[in-house]
This record gives sequence, C-alpha cells and structure tokens, in this order.
Amino acid sequence: MEKRVRFDSKLLPYLLIAPQIAITLVFFFWPAGQALWQSMQVQDAFGERTTFVWFDNFITLFNDDAYLESFKVTAIFSTAVSVLGLSLSLFLAVKADKVIKGTSIYRTILIAPYAVAPAIVGVLWTFLMSPSLGLVTHWLSLVGVHWDHILDSKQALGLIIVAAVWKQISYNFIFFLAGLQSIPKSLIEASSIDGASPMRRFWDIIFPLLSPTTFFLFVVNMVYAFFDTFAIVDASTKGGPGRATEILVYKVYNEGFKGLDLGGSAAQSVVLMLIVIGLTVVQFRYVERKVQY
Amino acid sequence: MIENRPFSTFLAHLVLCIGVVIVALPLYVTFVASTLSAEQVLQSPISLIPGDQLLNNYKTVLFSGAGNQSAQVGRMMVNSLIMALVIAVGKIVISMLSAFAIVYFRFPGRTLAFWLIFITLMLPVEVRILPTYQVISDLKLLDSYFGLTVPLIASATATFLFRQFFLTMPDELVEAAKIDGAGPLRFFKDVLFPLSKTNIAALFVILFIYGWNQYLWPLLITTQESLYTVVIGIKRMISGGDAATEWNLVMATAMLALLPPVLVVIFMQKWFVKGLVDSEK
Repeated sequence: MEKRVRFDSKLLPYLLIAPQIAITLVFFFWPAGQALWQSMQVQDAFGERTTFVWFDNFITLFNDDAYLESFKVTAIFSTAVSVLGLSLSLFLAVKADKVIKGTSIYRTILIAPYAVAPAIVGVLWTFLMSPSLGLVTHWLSLVGVHWDHILDSKQALGLIIVAAVWKQISYNFIFFLAGLQSIPKSLIEASSIDGASPMRRFWDIIFPLLSPTTFFLFVVNMVYAFFDTFAIVDASTKGGPGRATEILVYKVYNEGFKGLDLGGSAAQSVVLMLIVIGLTVVQFRYVERKVQY
Repeated sequence: MIENRPFSTFLAHLVLCIGVVIVALPLYVTFVASTLSAEQVLQSPISLIPGDQLLNNYKTVLFSGAGNQSAQVGRMMVNSLIMALVIAVGKIVISMLSAFAIVYFRFPGRTLAFWLIFITLMLPVEVRILPTYQVISDLKLLDSYFGLTVPLIASATATFLFRQFFLTMPDELVEAAKIDGAGPLRFFKDVLFPLSKTNIAALFVILFIYGWNQYLWPLLITTQESLYTVVIGIKRMISGGDAATEWNLVMATAMLALLPPVLVVIFMQKWFVKGLVDSEK
C-alpha cells in the first residue's frame, strides 16, 4: 500500500529515520554479522588465534549428542506448552463467551499473569512446587504423588511446562475471546434451529471459524516456548537436573557465557536464528493467505 | 444468547471459577507468604491465611535489602521504572518518526530502510545475546543506563503498528494541510500525533510491561548492585539455595516486582487488549 499524496523534502526523511536505523545497525546487524562470522571460526585455548573453519562448528554441533538431546527437550517442551496452553485457554474462552454476567471479573483475573515477569513466574512456581515446603507438593503428596523436581528429570520438565503454560494462558485467552466474539451469531442461531447440539455447533462451526486464530496462536506459542521462556528456566531449574530442562536458548547462554566456547555458541545462535526466520515466514505466509479470503 | 439453558450457564460459571482460582493461586500464595514471619513460611503446608508481618517484611526489603545481598528493593524499583519508561517512550518516539518518514515521504533508500527494520523482527535478543554483549562491552556501555535501555529500543513491531495506522489515514488530511501551508513537521505535530493518541496509549502499556519484565539483558549488563532491576534482584536473592532463602522476604519482593505491571494491565485493560491485538496484525 502506498500514499498518493506525500511531502517533498530531501533531508527531512533521513533525519526522521536516522535514530532507528542507527540503533538497528549497531545493535542488530553488527552482532548478527559477528555471530555469523564467529560461527565459522575456532578459537584456540588462550583466545589468541582464530582459525576460519567454514562449517566445521555446525558439523560438530549436529554430531554432539548433548545438542541433539537439547533439541529433543525443546521439541517436547514447546509442543507441550503450545498444546496445553491453547486447549486450556480455548476451553476457558468458550465458557467466557457463553456467560453474560461477570465476564469482566473473569477476564481481569485471567489476564493478570501476562504482566508477571517470566523470571518471577519461575520463582513463584519453584516456591509452590518446592519439594520441602511447596503447597502444590503437599497436595500432590495427599493423592500419592511424590514430587521432587530437583532429582526427577521428568518432573523438572513438568515444572517448567506448568509455569510456562500458566503465564501464556492470558495471551491465548484474549485472542480466543476476541476470535469467538467476532463469529456472527446468526450462524450459530441457524445451526441451532437446524437442531445441532452445542457440541456439534462447536466442532462444526465455531472451531473451523477459529482456525486462523488457533494457527496464529500456535506459531506465537512456539516462538514463546523457544525464546521467551529463558527466564523461567533460569529462575527455576537452571537446565537441570543434568541437562533435562536445558532448552536450546538456555544452552546458547550456558555455553557462551559459562563455557566460553565462542564458535560453538555462535553456531547455535545461527541455528536459532534460522528457526525464528522459519517460524516468521510461516506466520507471514499465513497472514497473506488470510488476506485473500 | 441462542437458547436459555440454566444448567449450561451454571457449568460455564463453574469452569470459569475453577480457572480463575487456578490462575490466581500462585499470586495469592505469594501474597500470603509475603505476610508471614521467616519461621511460618517454612512450615509445610503453608497457611492460606495472611499473617501479621506484612508491614515488617515490606519495610525490610524496601529499605534495607534482604538475603545474601544488601541492595535495597526500593532502589531496584526505581531502576526498573527508569528502564521501563525509557524503553517504552524511546520505542514509541523513534518508531513513530521512522514510520512517518516511510509512509509520508519518497526518498532514495526507502525500501532498503524498510527492510532493514523489518528484518529485526526475526532476531530476538536471546538469539544474538553473546555477540550483542560483545558489542556493548566494546563500546564501553556495560553498567550504564544507556547500555541497559538503548539496545532494546529498536524494534520493528512498533514501527509496523504506526505504519499500518498511518496508511489508513485519509490522503485528504495531507492535501488540506498542504493547502493551508503546513509543512511536514507541523502536520506531524498538529494532525498525526493527536490522531495517534489511542495507539500510543495501547502501545505504551505493552512496552512498559516489556521493559519492566526484562531479565536476560539486565542480568548481563549490570554487575553493580546500584543498577539492578527488581526482577534481577529477586533472582540474586534465591541463588543461596532452599535453606538460606528467606522466602517471606523473597515473596514480598516478588509482590513489589509484579504489582506495577499487573496494575497497569488491570487498570488500562482496554488499551492493553487493543495494543496486544493490534501489534500482532
């Protein structure tokens, strides 16, 4: 889309756009370029000499069992967070769309977790599920579940999934509710007159009409689980026990800052960038398709 | 309402109540824990009735610090506020200006500039964290408010939001302004800015929360306690392990850290929902 009428000025537009371009170049392109460059280099043990090795770092990376394991953990984690988060919030949104009284009270409480910092979400759930003094741990022990995420790697993964889903419910809920409210009531009335049961109406009319929202949210949730959950992991399990909850973003940080393996960490950054670019392209192709409807 | 089914309405309320209880539980337990004494908080199961140490705990963390560090949470909150405000206002200003340039002018390099900004959408901080850190340290910006805020100010999202919005503005506005002899800056100040107010408010809510809740970036950039934000402060408080952690004080700090953004969301709910839905279009 273009404007038909414009202002004429040689210098002004450059001045207006300069701050953003300057920050973008210095803090985005320079670092990203360095990451690309470093991902093809190997530094010796003393950091004095660097050798250009083409794609060796990437080959090493994909032959590294720990890295592949981290890929697997990330895949399980992000799928669980997306599927659980989406189904819970869709369920709540459908109910909230149904009731007339009290919607604003429910909505106000349900959107609160959005504002809580991921790091604090991690701390809160660590406290609730702490093996020695957690409230949820206590309730679980009443039904015979022994919870100790410090030792049990499956439970550690469970902890970060619960924390990540809890935070994301707000976001999904808002979008589902907006999507539900934009479905024309006449469609539902018509099917109701035709004798369709509420279940039938949901699966045959509401759910298909919501599918653009669902798909969009799925991509957003994947991105969220991949990248924004760093703070949740760092504030709760720190990737442990062992490497059980070391998702990809956490591994980049761990190896870059603690292990100081520049080449390896840069190669991991590049892989992550490719994943983000892939997800963004998927999202935009979908946006284009929606426009054509 | 399509049909009146009292039972199904009742069921919907029941489900929502359960959902609300589950969502609110962590926040409520945090509040209760922040009002207990150090001994009470270590009892399992923790009581669900608030204790009487509320004022004491909050006074302790706000003015004298807690745990294995002496930094005051009051100071940290000021840092968080500075960070959130600079990021929110800075992002709005620079993205509004660049969107204005991209939409209302034609100049060589316009498409290139557009793509340069667009591509940054694809690179979250977490992905390029180590090289960005190196750049900041090369520029000697570690441990400064500048290093803490400015690198996070550039974002494509806000620029896009303003671009989309400006594109929906009728062309007649520009024509009228031109006939009346107003230059581009005058047009921006007297026409575009007043018309953008609701968008600015909506974006402000989202960006304030974004800035306040930053974690990885301040964790790397700040080494001095005087620059810690409150989110970082909490992290440092619990690093001593379960036994050494004064959970009642940690939870009081957590309450202080989560209240400002939660209140912003609740009281500016209308803007918040608008901002969220718009920025993802």
